[in-house]
Amino acid sequence: MTAWSFAVNGLPVEVEAPGMRRLLDVLREDLELTGTKEGCGEGECGACTVLLDGAPVDSCLVPVCQVQGTHVATVEGLAEPSPEGAVLDPLQQAFLEAGGAQCGICTPGMLMAARAYLDAGGGPDDGAIRESIAGNLCRCTGYTKIVEAIAIAAGGHR
Amino acid sequence: MTIRTPPGRTMTPVAPHRSAPDALVVDRGATVAGRVRPAGPLRREGPAKLTGEAKYADDLVFPGAWFGATIRSTDAHARFDGFDLDPAFDWSRIAVVDASDIPGDNIVSLISDDQPVLVPVGGEIQHHAEPLILLAAADRETLRRARRAIAIRTTPIAPVFDPLASDHVFAHYEIATGDLDAGFAAADLVLEGEYRVGHQEQLYIENNAMIAVPREDGGVAVHGSLQCPYYIHKALKRSLRLDDAQARVVQAETGGGFGGKEEYPSIVALHAALLARKTGKPVRMIYDRHEDLSATTKRHPAIVTHRTGVTADGRLVAQDIEVVMDGGAYCTLTPVVLSRGAIHAGGPYRCPNVRIRARATRTNTPPNGAFRGFGAPQVEFAAEIQLGRIAEALRISPLEIRRRNLYQLGDTTPTGQVLRESVAAAEVLERAAEAAEFEGVHARTAAARTRRAGSGALPGSPLRTGRDRTASGIGVALAWHGAGFTGSGEVKLASVASIELGADGKVRILTGSTEMGQGTKTIFPQLVAAELGLAFDDVEITPQDTAIVPDSGPTVASRTAMVVGGLLIQAARRLRATVEERNGGAPFADVRTADAATHGPTRVDQEFEPYPHVEFDDETYRGDAYPAFGWAACVATVDVDLDTAEVTVRDVVAADDVGRVIHPVLAEGQVEGGTLQAIGYATIEEIKLRDGRYLNDRLATYIIPTALDAPRITTLLVEAPYSGAPHGAKGVGELPMDVGAPAVVAAIHDATGVWIHELPASPERILAGLGITRPVRVAPQPGAVDATIDDPIEHGADPRPEAATDPQVIRGPRDPDERT
Repeated sequence: MTAWSFAVNGLPVEVEAPGMRRLLDVLREDLELTGTKEGCGEGECGACTVLLDGAPVDSCLVPVCQVQGTHVATVEGLAEPSPEGAVLDPLQQAFLEAGGAQCGICTPGMLMAARAYLDAGGGPDDGAIRESIAGNLCRCTGYTKIVEAIAIAAGGHR
Repeated sequence: MTIRTPPGRTMTPVAPHRSAPDALVVDRGATVAGRVRPAGPLRREGPAKLTGEAKYADDLVFPGAWFGATIRSTDAHARFDGFDLDPAFDWSRIAVVDASDIPGDNIVSLISDDQPVLVPVGGEIQHHAEPLILLAAADRETLRRARRAIAIRTTPIAPVFDPLASDHVFAHYEIATGDLDAGFAAADLVLEGEYRVGHQEQLYIENNAMIAVPREDGGVAVHGSLQCPYYIHKALKRSLRLDDAQARVVQAETGGGFGGKEEYPSIVALHAALLARKTGKPVRMIYDRHEDLSATTKRHPAIVTHRTGVTADGRLVAQDIEVVMDGGAYCTLTPVVLSRGAIHAGGPYRCPNVRIRARATRTNTPPNGAFRGFGAPQVEFAAEIQLGRIAEALRISPLEIRRRNLYQLGDTTPTGQVLRESVAAAEVLERAAEAAEFEGVHARTAAARTRRAGSGALPGSPLRTGRDRTASGIGVALAWHGAGFTGSGEVKLASVASIELGADGKVRILTGSTEMGQGTKTIFPQLVAAELGLAFDDVEITPQDTAIVPDSGPTVASRTAMVVGGLLIQAARRLRATVEERNGGAPFADVRTADAATHGPTRVDQEFEPYPHVEFDDETYRGDAYPAFGWAACVATVDVDLDTAEVTVRDVVAADDVGRVIHPVLAEGQVEGGTLQAIGYATIEEIKLRDGRYLNDRLATYIIPTALDAPRITTLLVEAPYSGAPHGAKGVGELPMDVGAPAVVAAIHDATGVWIHELPASPERILAGLGITRPVRVAPQPGAVDATIDDPIEHGADPRPEAATDPQVIRGPRDPDERT
């Protein structure tokens, strides 16, 4: 067992784990951050998408040894805590209003992929948005309202 | 089950008891005269889902929980001779459960008592993923090693894989009306066709998952991903010999269902509960994707044959239809799926002489079960392609032939049901065609096809010329979908929904209806708040926990908004009347707190009462098969690559009549999601089998549409309210699933001239239809793969290397006249 040091949602963490333990399991079981979901365990569905130094990755395919010294962002870090409860970030708010989340199981991964797209300066263009979430499967929405939500968050109009 | 009806017998027609209001197209956020339509409230559980706080089954932590696993057959059909535990392995740390550990009936309780919870030693294995033994351990690594230390002994039995060859019939129906021979005699054209559809996986993104927790009273509480808590409750009581209180089922947040979590979760729950009983500890039974794809239910494959008589001006005069569904190894819900398939088989069209014969048989493949549409998508695909071919043969536009035959108010269906109200077939068809500019686009694509014909290297082929890289096509399809349970199903369910005004003055909804993304937890408070004059946030909804909520029937069949929503409206009206009466007529909203302080809690339990004027005879299959039908039209525009025959679905216009729209955003979400599932069914989703085993049982090989595969979807919500439901709603979930695939296949025909008779419309099938490649059947090589795989669940054979030799039947058109 080795101790791995990295940051999650801005907070430093140290985790003792075998180097090949999946980042997904480290997040969900060791750090009790269950917002990140497992859908397939082989990098096809994107439900486990988190940001590694700002880049979207499938956390089921990332061993914790590769995370040493990096910054991991998960869905739990999107909303701002406040005394009255969490305040949704503009992307989450757009999902809520546009109907971008139905069953919600793909939503954390979808939000993180979209967050990376927006943080990289992505705009409301339909094709570019679809490209940015092409690694994230959703079975409920037909993607229409997800694309719409991301476009709203990117400053576009519905 | 045999149901035969003498041809020509009809029910006494019932005069329309009210005239149907004109259907109405609803724009998002629009206000309709006479009704208040504020923008719908935000999804109730939305913030929890968006922040990661929502707890799905695998997110729940039960200290000290063990991990469970299922040892399955690797034979499609065999006698289970026994199992051996490797003596070199330390079994003291493992719980092993076999059929002898089941205290009650070794039956997964559903329609027929044919499916065991675990196959007993000496019993017969009916499919390759059949559960035999259960294991549990305190950690995953020990469990993984234990799985490899158990050996299964079997004696193979000859399997049956062809549903046409199987003599074990789960159900069969015959629906007949008019005089078929006279109908064909009057026909100017008789056209035959055979259509095939394969398995489709629901592919909810959250796999099946259950956690069983032992109770001090000897019972068990099960927390999990599910649609129907009371199905599981019943199954637990029967197999574990528990009473109502000892068996408790609690729904965790559920990551999609689509029918795939209607009946299968009973098995997962039973397995987890048996292990919990054995160990005395909570046991987590969380499927991974591979196990979920390998073992759980799929949409029934079907073979549908049509023989249709039609007049020269395109009017249907005779329909002779045979439907054969592959039920898989056990009955599950097959009789009901087949029943819906039989009733919908003719499509939404008037025809005086009809015979529909339907049967479902057993094969040694994993059982098929519920999936959005429930038998209708299979038969409506066939009916629509058949009608498209008729239109082509008669040189009538696909739109026009539908106009001439679609159901109108007062028409009679093959079961003798008079459509007395809420018929919007014409409305949805015209709205979709208009929005998609069908006639104009269709004229242009036809001209382009004529121009291309013969210009390529192959005579008569529309393949690539110097000018065109792709061919575009537009297709239309129309469908109907019976609202709620079939026949007397709703009466038998006798669902209950409740509302409580608590002693604290709070209003709570109690129903067993589950939220799986479709919006139950939002529309229920919305409906009740409107009736009680309260704000949305003033109405709570309790958890779906059998210890708290009544049995509101299963959350299936697009019945939740219509049936249970209707019960809640009735309950709210009674609650309001009771409270206002004893408070001198003061508005409920003003007096509820004071009333609760004075009178204590008030609870209204509303039980389903039969819809007025709806009568169905389950014995003869005559009468009102459904209280009303929803109507859907779809226009799809595709581009077909002229080199590769790859299909891109570019645009879809979907018009769906849902009776009344409760929440426009949620309703649109249902139409959009269902439409994309139908497009996946039409173009890319396919299960390949070898020796009864699914070959592509991973998400890397069973593919579903991504955001880049999805078309732009325009949704038009149409309202033709049903008077029997207090709010007029008819349901929305399944409608779009019925109509997307035939629209896409019609568009492929429009682009290429090829009619695809078997889904999915893969490039291989299109090329074969064009005569570019020959239909090929490569003989499987027995033993070449299986010899090295002793446990497909554990090892997960990747079928990709064998893809080139997969046994694949490509069915092109049966004669050259079928393509232009």
